[in-house]
Amino acid sequence: MERTSTGVPNEKMLMWTFIGSECMLFASLIATFLVYRDQSIVGPYEEELLNIPFITVTTFVLLMSSLMMVLALSAVQRGDPRGSRLFLLLTAILGLIFLGGQFYEFNHFVHEGLGLSRNLFAGTFYLTTGFHGAHVAVGVIWLLTLWTLALRGRLGPEKAVTVEVAGLYWHFVDVVWIVLFTVIYLMSGATGA
Amino acid sequence: MAGETHGVGSGGSEAALTHGGHEAHVEPHASNRTYIAIALVLGVITALEVMVFYVEALARVLVPILLVMSAAKFVLVVGFYMHLKYDTNLRGLFFGPLAIATAIIVAMMALYGYFL
Repeated sequence: MERTSTGVPNEKMLMWTFIGSECMLFASLIATFLVYRDQSIVGPYEEELLNIPFITVTTFVLLMSSLMMVLALSAVQRGDPRGSRLFLLLTAILGLIFLGGQFYEFNHFVHEGLGLSRNLFAGTFYLTTGFHGAHVAVGVIWLLTLWTLALRGRLGPEKAVTVEVAGLYWHFVDVVWIVLFTVIYLMSGATGA
Repeated sequence: MAGETHGVGSGGSEAALTHGGHEAHVEPHASNRTYIAIALVLGVITALEVMVFYVEALARVLVPILLVMSAAKFVLVVGFYMHLKYDTNLRGLFFGPLAIATAIIVAMMALYGYFL
């Protein structure tokens, strides 16, 4: 066990600091989205486009990926290579399904006439959800890298902190989506009401 | 899957060594069974959120209800999956910036007349 002045491994401390800065980044994106909500003067408008049942399914997928991630960490900590490989792969697959859903949604919106610079909703929506999607993509790459290490037998209990740090990032991405799902999708039912 | 296996903080040890050689005790993390139960609760809250969205009678109180449910999911993930319930010495590192982040959102909304 490494010695640190805080009693917390340095990489874990680094990740929490990074997550703190990410909170402020996403806060500014969410604030911008809210400020410009209902300010578009040309369509298509959000209430015509947002597909709540579809996005609920992808939200559920991302929530379950967090469960897989925490089970992967648990498997690594107790030295279970089969469980580590399985749960890391499942987490990455669920992340990829979420990204596929986002790609489908963006593609559908563009076909409905919502180009990137069509109106204020388009600009703020694509920026906010796109940033989140980019974070998910980075997370999937990270998870697949860990899975590759696990396949080669190089992800034993001594690497638990490495997996925990990746898990912290992944859960943060999930937490951000919990907020975005509520603010962007579900609260659209309150605007204009 | 070992249902009762307990993960532990900071890389598999219940006591992390500090620079001065002191032991910073970290509580054991939750069991796999707890993690699965939390996932079920998260799923149920999400279903309730969507249900509330479609109930017209609740349209006037939709935002506060959604915010409470969203906050509940947020706390569950951060507390249990990110282990902040157990890693007490890391709370300030998260809740400090989170408070600033919340202030940014509220300030921006107030500046642009969102609450008027």
